[in-house]
Amino acid sequence: MEILLASAVGILTASGIYLILRQRSFPVIIGLSLLSYAVNLFLFATGRLALNQPPILNKYAEVAYTDPLPQALVLTAIVISFGMTAVVVMIALSAYLAARNDRIDMTGETGEDA
Amino acid sequence: MNHWIIAPIVLPAVVAPFIIMVIRYHRDLQRVFSVASVVALNLVALVLLSQAMDGTIGVYELGDWPAPFGIVLVLDRLSALMVLLTTLLALAVVLYAIGSGWDTRGRHFHALFQFQLMGVLGAFLTGDAFNLFVFFEVLLIASYGLMIHGGGATRLRAGVQYVVYNLLGSTLFLFALGTLYSVTGTLNMADLAVRVAELPAEDTALLRVGAVLLLLVFAIKAAVLPLHFWLPASYANAPMPVAAFFAIMTKVGAYAILRLYTLVFGPEVAVTAGLVGDWLLPAALLTLAVGSIGILGARELGRLVAFSAIASMGTLLIAISLFTPQAATAAVYYVIHSTFATALMFLIADLVIERRGGRLAPTPPMPQGGVVAALFFAGAIALAGMPPLSGFIGKLLVMDASRASAQVWTVWAVILTTSLITIVGMARAGSILFWKSHDHSLRPPDLPEDEDDGAPEAPDHAPEPVPGLAFVPVFALLAALVALTVLAGPVMRYTEATAAQLFAPAGYIETVLQRPGS
Repeated sequence: MEILLASAVGILTASGIYLILRQRSFPVIIGLSLLSYAVNLFLFATGRLALNQPPILNKYAEVAYTDPLPQALVLTAIVISFGMTAVVVMIALSAYLAARNDRIDMTGETGEDA
Repeated sequence: MNHWIIAPIVLPAVVAPFIIMVIRYHRDLQRVFSVASVVALNLVALVLLSQAMDGTIGVYELGDWPAPFGIVLVLDRLSALMVLLTTLLALAVVLYAIGSGWDTRGRHFHALFQFQLMGVLGAFLTGDAFNLFVFFEVLLIASYGLMIHGGGATRLRAGVQYVVYNLLGSTLFLFALGTLYSVTGTLNMADLAVRVAELPAEDTALLRVGAVLLLLVFAIKAAVLPLHFWLPASYANAPMPVAAFFAIMTKVGAYAILRLYTLVFGPEVAVTAGLVGDWLLPAALLTLAVGSIGILGARELGRLVAFSAIASMGTLLIAISLFTPQAATAAVYYVIHSTFATALMFLIADLVIERRGGRLAPTPPMPQGGVVAALFFAGAIALAGMPPLSGFIGKLLVMDASRASAQVWTVWAVILTTSLITIVGMARAGSILFWKSHDHSLRPPDLPEDEDDGAPEAPDHAPEPVPGLAFVPVFALLAALVALTVLAGPVMRYTEATAAQLFAPAGYIETVLQRPGS
């Protein structure tokens, strides 16, 4: 399972970075989403992988439990990346509508001095 | 418990939704509430500073959960100073935005500004690394809105770039926090410090990875050299008053470096000793060099000031990367100077751009050119680090602090050479802007930035700049720089005490981890 999760994080990160380097708004936004999926999986793993264990302490029995904190962190990270994705979509859309061009880099006709 | 500590976060968090939901169609009321909120924050910041002045460390436990389990806000000398610095800057910026009518060129300026204030102040006050991430996101998401305030194609495209770059930074931040958590099992800064010190030597590889990842994140925020690419385009295309407030955002990165790498990965922690300083010092020197060369090469006033912001971050990070109490004293002094000076220059740039456009080429003379030219001259002196303003004292302190370092000659050579380059660059810009502009036969200015302004989102009713008000915050910032020079002695005593507190983290750790109240 460790190998599966680790390669999932790795593949998601690699695809995300590849897409971000495409420098067009749509692939970049997809790439950012993939990166945030990768980081969410990674955060899950920071509490160590455990199957079928409750995230709470049981004071009546000696039962193993899984660390609840990474789950709370992931929840926060998911909410934030949701909001950020919405914002970046809106800004990218209005930039596209204003400039008729969805390139992320700013060299070219507008120039770096624009 | 001392409830003053959370006031700087709660107040803007309440005012901002109020502005959006209740008075969104009343521009004058928005201005009144925005200014009132910032003035109140200034008073709160003064109270906090007076509490932290004697060295006590205030701890605020959210939800009354004790420290390693709940989130804490911590008030020490450094965070109190940064809070006051932020609120003073916010007052100047919000007055300027009203005086120049910038707040009417798009919607929701004041609400976004309050949210951004909340994020910045929260980042300075929090004692929890994940909470720091959350406040970073709060300040960033507000800054995205402020950055594209007023609209326009170029500004929006620069905004996309800025957002994407910062989202990448946020992802990296989460990876770094995950790595640290997987090694130590905690994200409370004081608890992290304890756990890192106790970590067996064979487990430290991941910790070093986490420490360097975290440094990269803060280096992005602080615009350290290989990661500075977002800054010139963003700041030069943002509305200038917003860029002036962004002067504190790069300082958030510098603050986080200073905080975490003295508290958690301090100089005496064996696993990361020397790791940060060795990497940060060359990067800071390069940042300073590139910033000053950018000043010399800029063909547009906004970019010139943006590069001068990079250069002053370079000087600041040189001081931070030495990681000695004396250097930290200089760094804290320089933070104050650099924030005010950069913001002052951005506001002056706006005065110029509003009158003649930002391009560094001769145009007919501008109205009130004499006053603006004098202000530009003073601002350039402050930024370049010439006497008599505080930049000179700041650079002198940084150079004096670097005498103990092995790199002293490199540091001195870079600081002195870049100061000269900055002076030449500023003199060139100033003479083009103000001296060559006396020829009335020149063609009228084409005002290249006007195509951006107000095009998609016309204001509800005509902007009503308050005459003369725009000059008040500019002179106030200049007065702050003069005060920082005249009162250098008392300020230095405070920054020395701040540095001493930073480099004796035991007090911080004990206060946070052992409940002060019950």
